[in-house]
Amino acid sequence: MADQVLDAKGLNCPLPILKAKKALKAVPAGGTLEVLATDPGSAADFEAFCRTTGNELLESGNDGGVYRFLIKHVA
Amino acid sequence: MAEATTDNAKSMSIIVTKGTLDWAYPPFILATTAAAMDVDVTLFFTFYGLTLLKKDLDLQITPFGNAAMEMPMMGMHFKMPNIVNMIPGVDAACTTMMKNLIKKKGVASIEELREAAILSDVKIIACQMTLDLFEYKKEDLIDGVTLGGAATYMENALKSDINLYI
Repeated sequence: MADQVLDAKGLNCPLPILKAKKALKAVPAGGTLEVLATDPGSAADFEAFCRTTGNELLESGNDGGVYRFLIKHVA
Repeated sequence: MAEATTDNAKSMSIIVTKGTLDWAYPPFILATTAAAMDVDVTLFFTFYGLTLLKKDLDLQITPFGNAAMEMPMMGMHFKMPNIVNMIPGVDAACTTMMKNLIKKKGVASIEELREAAILSDVKIIACQMTLDLFEYKKEDLIDGVTLGGAATYMENALKSDINLYI
């Protein structure tokens, strides 16, 4: 169970990333944020976002068109 | 101040020269996303790009002279011949169509992205010369804008990891 959940379904680039960054600020270091999105580009973008910012992408999946990312707040 | 403004943060500058609805997207999308990835961002608005800083945005799009502009319509793509573009109201109709598409596809509005850029401490410089040239006043622009010229931009660009011209 993630500490926070962000529903970014229906939003297009770059909104899921912008909203995830904002949501991460409210997650304590070591905590997790779950992001739900429907933007197919988000799969590549959340990987790039996490690699660049140093946050950890714990899980990444696609369930019937809904992408789910579990991010550990590191940086 | 943002947590991004550290000495070892990566930085990016963009010269923004165009003020139509379509061309307004790349600089604001890149600026907000870069800021979210802890990059220090400077946007330098010059010539027609300066209108993107006006308090009230009324962005338009024109298919005129844009052979690559295809609008999705009834499962097909529709291209506007240049001659049709001479009819008054065609630009307005295209602008409405584009804004409807933007909304329908969950794409952020320029107003929304501009607000996000300001909130994430993107540095915004308005070109003083353009202000004089097109007779705008600083009061016409949104708050938080710095005025500057080419040297101000160069100082930023020389320190930046990425410099773009849009």
